[in-house]
Amino acid sequence: MPTLTINGDTHQVDVPEDMPLLWVLRDVLGMTGTKYGCGIAQCGACTVHLDGNAVRSCVLPVGGVEGKRIETIEAMENSELGRSVQSAWLEHEVVQCGYCQSGQIMSAVALLSKTPQPDDKEIDLGMSGNLCRCCTYTRIRGAIKSVAKA
Amino acid sequence: MSKDDSKLESPERRELIKVSGLALGGLLIATCLPPVIHKSAATQIVEEGASGDSPAGPAELGAFIRIDPTGGVTLIMPKIEMGQGVQSSLAAMLAEELEVDLSQVTLQEAPPNEELYVDPILNFQATGGSTSARSFWRPLREAGATGRILLVQAAADEWGISSEVCEARNGAVHGPDGQQLGYGELVEAAAELPVPEQIPLKSPDQFRLIGKPLQRLDTPPKVNGSAKFTTDLQLTDMKIATTRTCPVLGGTLASVDDREARRIPGVREIIPLKDAVAVIGDHTWAAIQGARALKVEWNFGDNARLSSEQIEQALRDAADRDGALATDEGDIDAALDGVDTQIEAEYEMPFLAHAALEPMSCVAQVRVDACELWVGTQVPVMAQQAAAKVSGLPPEKVIVNNQLIGGAFGRRLEVDFIAQAVDIARNVFYPVKLIWTREEDTTHDLYRPHYLDRFRAGLDGNGLPVGWSHTIVGGSVMARFSPQALGENGLDPDAIEISAKPIYHLPNLRVRYVPEDPVALRVSWWRGVGQLHGAYVVEGFIDELAIAAEQDPVDYRLRLLQDQPRAQAVLRLAAEKAGWGQTLPDGHGRGVAVHQVFGSYLATVVELATTPQGGLRINRLICAVDCGLALNPTSVRSQIEGGTLFGLSAALFNEVTVKDGHVQQSNFHDYRQIRISDAPPVEVHLIDSQETPGGIGEAGTALIAPALVNALYAATGKRIRRLPLSRAGYHVLAREA
Repeated sequence: MPTLTINGDTHQVDVPEDMPLLWVLRDVLGMTGTKYGCGIAQCGACTVHLDGNAVRSCVLPVGGVEGKRIETIEAMENSELGRSVQSAWLEHEVVQCGYCQSGQIMSAVALLSKTPQPDDKEIDLGMSGNLCRCCTYTRIRGAIKSVAKA
Repeated sequence: MSKDDSKLESPERRELIKVSGLALGGLLIATCLPPVIHKSAATQIVEEGASGDSPAGPAELGAFIRIDPTGGVTLIMPKIEMGQGVQSSLAAMLAEELEVDLSQVTLQEAPPNEELYVDPILNFQATGGSTSARSFWRPLREAGATGRILLVQAAADEWGISSEVCEARNGAVHGPDGQQLGYGELVEAAAELPVPEQIPLKSPDQFRLIGKPLQRLDTPPKVNGSAKFTTDLQLTDMKIATTRTCPVLGGTLASVDDREARRIPGVREIIPLKDAVAVIGDHTWAAIQGARALKVEWNFGDNARLSSEQIEQALRDAADRDGALATDEGDIDAALDGVDTQIEAEYEMPFLAHAALEPMSCVAQVRVDACELWVGTQVPVMAQQAAAKVSGLPPEKVIVNNQLIGGAFGRRLEVDFIAQAVDIARNVFYPVKLIWTREEDTTHDLYRPHYLDRFRAGLDGNGLPVGWSHTIVGGSVMARFSPQALGENGLDPDAIEISAKPIYHLPNLRVRYVPEDPVALRVSWWRGVGQLHGAYVVEGFIDELAIAAEQDPVDYRLRLLQDQPRAQAVLRLAAEKAGWGQTLPDGHGRGVAVHQVFGSYLATVVELATTPQGGLRINRLICAVDCGLALNPTSVRSQIEGGTLFGLSAALFNEVTVKDGHVQQSNFHDYRQIRISDAPPVEVHLIDSQETPGGIGEAGTALIAPALVNALYAATGKRIRRLPLSRAGYHVLAREA
């Protein structure tokens, strides 16, 4: 029975070890901010942080993440950087349908925590794993730059 | 301010707005949309007599607005939010005239009720076609103004003074001596008053919400993960289903060996359907694994012999049929006879999937007495009807709880996945959440039609067109969706959008449409709909005429737009902002497209660089927009930005192909979409306009592809007429440092 540390809390979950973290979060723990989009790590809607790195939870077997620090969109408001990114997203009116934005914000926070002043190339690198079908890319870029400047 | 907006004295006034009290106290303002075809709601009111004659509850009337005794304002929202910001825009229309703050308005999704919530442009209850702002622009402001007038009158009566000296502000009525009564305290008295004969509306210079860059109401929960989409819903005792549907359209289930699937932990039920097998599990992972473990035999049927080559050949063969005549002005044959220059061209656009990021999903519960749905849908009435048909219950026993939509782009105008969810749920006693995998979603879409367009035009000695002949061939979305809307010989009003009546001055114009439905795929609405198709081919071909006439593409268009000042203005603005005419290096080029789309005017300029190896990089993308009065300039900009890149993604990369009846694309690795690293910044320039608001959700999408191929021609001298560009060997280069 895997033991997971998610957003600072410990959870024992009675699931098979090969079950992707995404479905444990969503269907077992009821944390639905992390989304399903493709199931093959192509769209980034399922992005979470594993020890501070942005990873795709749809292909991450839960057995392999025991003992690691998992953070999801639900915890982003607990850090200063997370809050800055969320308010930049609102100020820049990034969001359209919003389905991908949990994953976008997780990638943006991971990018900015490692590279506080990313240039366009670094933004491309940090964010190109996240599809937005509403194509809010112009505003995502603007919002990230505004956090970097602040 | 236009004259007809200042004072509405239409004799139908009292038929369109009705006010009444609510059983539990409060004020109800029922606004019925102008009856275009569906007259029932308005007729009902007329037949009941003037307002106040019969006590009417929200179930009986188009109960759009409720003001309760605590002063809370509820807007029953006839339009679903799918990222276009529509709910905030409509709420602003109401709040503007009612004199309340936007934050005082609570939104409640409208239930299915065609008579009450019909869209007067679409003629059914739906969110689509970029109609929302246009349809509700007047009725919602009138409803708000009616409420305000009544509340002010109620306060004036209470104080025994004239309403002229009272003012409504921020949810309260204020008197000349500092008196103040909140709306909640006034609703009971207001409900007894007759509907005002005249409902003056604000002029644009008086607006405090409309036209201002307001923050949308739906966005805060979307940045912290708390917003609930259909896929996120969790009901008591709910289980999760996924399906494998026959990969060939029209095929059926022959047999299924589910022994291995049943051994997977968490799998609860395996339900064979006519053309699919559903696996129900405790969680999505069990359902997905169970579905993968099924050994299914299908009867593929006749479509298993069909591939893209046959479908395309059928379109070519159909092009020689007469089809339906959309436009026949002047004498095209005489005009083209012996003309100086004749130009012919053939354009093609592929089948496209929608690929909304939230895959198709629906929660359904079938009980003995009722069927209940929790689903994000653009068409709640059709959802209700589909569920009724499958469950065997009467439509009034089907409850539809509409939900936030994680991307639709037209896909959720269809109810196939809703019918499937009900078909599964009627086998069990608990609620079932059906979620399609990405692979099922891509391969079981209803696709944007593949179009083939043939043009022939003649130019006079000055290079101006003297005749324009256009044949459109493709599947008819309307024939499947709404056959009563078809014209003679199957004339599909959607397929001929723009083409039948281009904004250019084109004498001797003949446009034909030949319907040719693909049997191996179903066709449906895709963001931009018929106008996307029309804009692409007309703007591509007009560019070819400009080149043949050896004229600048912007100047040439301006010459043919003499009686189109709004189109001219956006074209000039886009060209100016793009530095049109300034020299570019070899291999670089600019292309333009302009048109009236969805009631707005848009011009798009693409500036790009190419390499001899087929590399392509868009350096600038400029849109000039006249959408009339911009209800929320920020939303307009973001819709144009996103819509343009949405169209760019398809124009660069996307086509759905069929082999042996199977759709060959399945997920984002082989149906790729534009990423941030491919996406140029979109520069949007708005023209200050007081015209009636136009649609913006699809306008950007419609104009990008022609601007792109026209720019590619300018850069390379090669004219790409068939999309996507990847098919012609082009690839996107990384951004320049």
